[in-house]
Amino acid sequence: MKYETVIGLEIHAELCTETKIFCGCTTAFGGDENTHCCPICLGLPGVLPVLNGKVVEYAVKAGISTNCSIAEFSKLDRKNYFYPDLPKAYQVSQYDLPICSRGYIEIDTQDGPKKIGITRIHIEEDAGKLLHDTDDGSTLIDYNRCGVPLIEIVSEPDMRSAEEARAYAEKIKSILEYIGVSDCKMQEGSLRFDVNLSVRPAGTTTLGTRTEMKNLNSFKALVNAIENEKARQIELIESGGEVVQETRKWDDIRGINTSLRSKEEAHDYRYFPEPDLVPVVLERDYVEGLKSELPELPYVKLERYIREYGLPEYDAGVITASLPMALFFEECAGIYSGEPKTVSNWVMGELLRILNEKGMEPAQIPFPAKHLAALLELVDKGTISGSAAKKVFTEMFETGEEPEVLVKSLGLLQINDENELKAVIQAILYANPQSVEDYKAGKEKALGFLVGQTMKETRGKANPQVVNKLLKELLGK
Amino acid sequence: MKLHHMTVSQVADRIRKREISSEEVTRYIIDRIKEVDDRVGAYITVTEEQALAKAREVDRLIGEGEALADIAGVPMALKDNMCTEDIKTTCASNILNNFVPPYSATVYSRLDRAGGVLVGKTNMDEFAMGSSTENSGFKKTYNPWDLQRVPGGSSGGSAAAVASGTAFFALGSDTGGSIRQPAALCGVVGMKPTYGRVSRYGLVAFASSLDQIGPITRDVTDCAIVLNHISGYDEFDSTSVDLDVPDFTRSLKGEIKGLRVAIPAEYFAEGIDPHVKNTVMAAIKDFEKLGAVCEEVSLPHTEYALAAYYIIASAEASSNLARYDGIRYGYRAEGFKDLKDLFVATRSRGFGDEVKRRIMLGTYALSSGYYDAYYKKAQKVRTLVKQDFDRVFDGYDVVVCPTSPTVAFKAGEKTHDPLQMYLSDVYTIPVNIAGLPGISVPCGFVDGLPVGLQIIGKPFDEGTVLAAAYAYEQNTGHNGARPQI
Repeated sequence: MKYETVIGLEIHAELCTETKIFCGCTTAFGGDENTHCCPICLGLPGVLPVLNGKVVEYAVKAGISTNCSIAEFSKLDRKNYFYPDLPKAYQVSQYDLPICSRGYIEIDTQDGPKKIGITRIHIEEDAGKLLHDTDDGSTLIDYNRCGVPLIEIVSEPDMRSAEEARAYAEKIKSILEYIGVSDCKMQEGSLRFDVNLSVRPAGTTTLGTRTEMKNLNSFKALVNAIENEKARQIELIESGGEVVQETRKWDDIRGINTSLRSKEEAHDYRYFPEPDLVPVVLERDYVEGLKSELPELPYVKLERYIREYGLPEYDAGVITASLPMALFFEECAGIYSGEPKTVSNWVMGELLRILNEKGMEPAQIPFPAKHLAALLELVDKGTISGSAAKKVFTEMFETGEEPEVLVKSLGLLQINDENELKAVIQAILYANPQSVEDYKAGKEKALGFLVGQTMKETRGKANPQVVNKLLKELLGK
Repeated sequence: MKLHHMTVSQVADRIRKREISSEEVTRYIIDRIKEVDDRVGAYITVTEEQALAKAREVDRLIGEGEALADIAGVPMALKDNMCTEDIKTTCASNILNNFVPPYSATVYSRLDRAGGVLVGKTNMDEFAMGSSTENSGFKKTYNPWDLQRVPGGSSGGSAAAVASGTAFFALGSDTGGSIRQPAALCGVVGMKPTYGRVSRYGLVAFASSLDQIGPITRDVTDCAIVLNHISGYDEFDSTSVDLDVPDFTRSLKGEIKGLRVAIPAEYFAEGIDPHVKNTVMAAIKDFEKLGAVCEEVSLPHTEYALAAYYIIASAEASSNLARYDGIRYGYRAEGFKDLKDLFVATRSRGFGDEVKRRIMLGTYALSSGYYDAYYKKAQKVRTLVKQDFDRVFDGYDVVVCPTSPTVAFKAGEKTHDPLQMYLSDVYTIPVNIAGLPGISVPCGFVDGLPVGLQIIGKPFDEGTVLAAAYAYEQNTGHNGARPQI
């Protein structure tokens, strides 16, 4: 029998606010254990939370960017359960009235674009981290992460394969990075996925029993976990068994997934409205204001690059993948009088190459976009050669200097003067009589050798087009 | 008059005029605590050294001619559920028996800045759950008017300290009557301000949507003085309200002609001690003599308030008290097998019976499948109770009624009947449910035991409540008596 896989994702993203959700402690990753804490995020007796306005702002921005409706009235609730990493023994989250709901994003699939529904986005606080000391079997707790703000983005069960789930997760990541609400550093755990998965015979519409796998923290783990769980469920059904609703744990190293707890063992979280906080009431003007602050989203930008700059879709995709890169490109293309594709070639070629070599982010480009535009103009005017331009570009990364200054200091001015070049070429011809003979005998290759010799003599500064022209003239006589 | 019977304004005045130093007053009060508190049991912790140091600092500032606040140098006490930096804060619970907070409650910071001298932390029902202070995990507190009887609760230690002359004023917390009922039973003044008037930051939570801190004092003037200091918006408490705080002492005019007073029939029905009822009725006659217009009204949902309260307060408490798990601070049971056992053993041994009873009630009320039937329904009742008051306040300025249905009862009399104990707060609970300001002032005695009169006002209209209380106090002289101890 053929099976269809039905997948829904819950994505937890840490928001990159300066301070935590309910206190003034830093959200910086790392730091010595329990140094980014205060009585409030430690949940000491008597403390009260105060909601960080930036958290609301970032969540609303995420909602707008994923076509959600933004609630005029939402509230926070307590999710109660005992665990040592949760110092109040409840997590402040949102239950029945989340801040954003009923949105969607579009992903690309083999069969064209597909809408993936977003059920809701809500805000909540992160918990601390348990550190198991393997030497003496004791457990230590680091509360630095406790109270770092999160949004949870819950999708509809709209995905049908690991590829679709990956495309969806990648798109969400790109949007969150673009609007600057999360740095999405997966290795630091600031983006984590929970997968809900069920299978059913292809062509049927009722949902099968689903399982949940929590805390996958890489795209690779996401894909592998889905493939593995899908195969497990199908095998189970094929062998006459039944899928049990449960929470499972994916072991990325061993590539297996095991049962963590059954539905019967699931917590009763006893949600109720957080009485220490007032409801979140958002004015229409506030939401509109945030809307106008949002940058153009990656998929909108991509389409515009194709339309406005005439870039191939591939180029547009690479450049818009990173907002600082896209902004650099746009500024440069705006100043440069030549084709945007020339800028795109440089950005995708030299710029990306050097960034990769140096391990730098696009945000760290050490010179303004107008420097690249000026460099390209110099090439177009024939002031420098293309190869000289690459040297200047490399040097701009070191010094940040203007290209005109570097051309001079590196002595890379191109020689276009025909009389000056004629003298050089005549000397070359005199020194290479055999090549002259060969050329005259019809061996075109000899011309290339003579051009090379001229370039060598001028240390690359001769304008190759002019050299070509002069050589043909002189040899033709 | 004995120094320890003076009011805040009298003592502060003498200190300011340098007729007596704060250090002398503080020394005197510390000595008095040593003399009488082994009989009364008001204090859990006495902060002798810190108090004397603070008093000397105030004296030095007075010596340097600094203009100081109207409570500067005056010995005060805090209920032991308000966090005091570097001073043990236990909530009278074994689970917090060793907890020393690294920060101070906003109310304490404000009083400390104004020059108040903290002499100690007072006994209470564990986590403020109770009406007699008998649920303290540490000790019993007795009523200064009759040492066989309870002082009321849960702020019984604070009320007993003010009544027995071991603090000139104290703060209590009131979730269902825990300031007003012990104030009534100890013959002192106690006020629960409007919910949101006073910051709860640093008050160890019992029921977040009901808890409110307020003063316990010897007269209404002192109540207004202390309320001035602790009121006002606090950026650390989202539920504190950003409203201007009037100078409450300016409301104290002694004149209430034309004041419209509502007398709720439901508060004089079955369950009230007939002598208490007569005493309160006499007080209402006094209001009429002063020119107030007293009329009977109905607060029809009163009978459901108690049930709604025990669901809402217990539900919130079950969550608020979940953090006492033995992991980070406080008591941890020894010899646990695993994590779950650590939680279970710590909480089973660390909490007293009443606290465990309410945690179970609250956990049940919030459980999946029961939430709508209990918690949600209780919130609806809460709205109805509030609407009852709203309707009455359309036509009246204050509501006047008894604070508690009985005078102080004998120690041990109700400890085995929680429901009887709960009924002791039947007249104070609706005020918390509706978030209103309420005060209890002495209005006479039954068999030598004080009776309290409750005056309830509109939200954030503490001024009118204090004005009515002050006029009553000044014109009847019911507030002159002090227990002999």
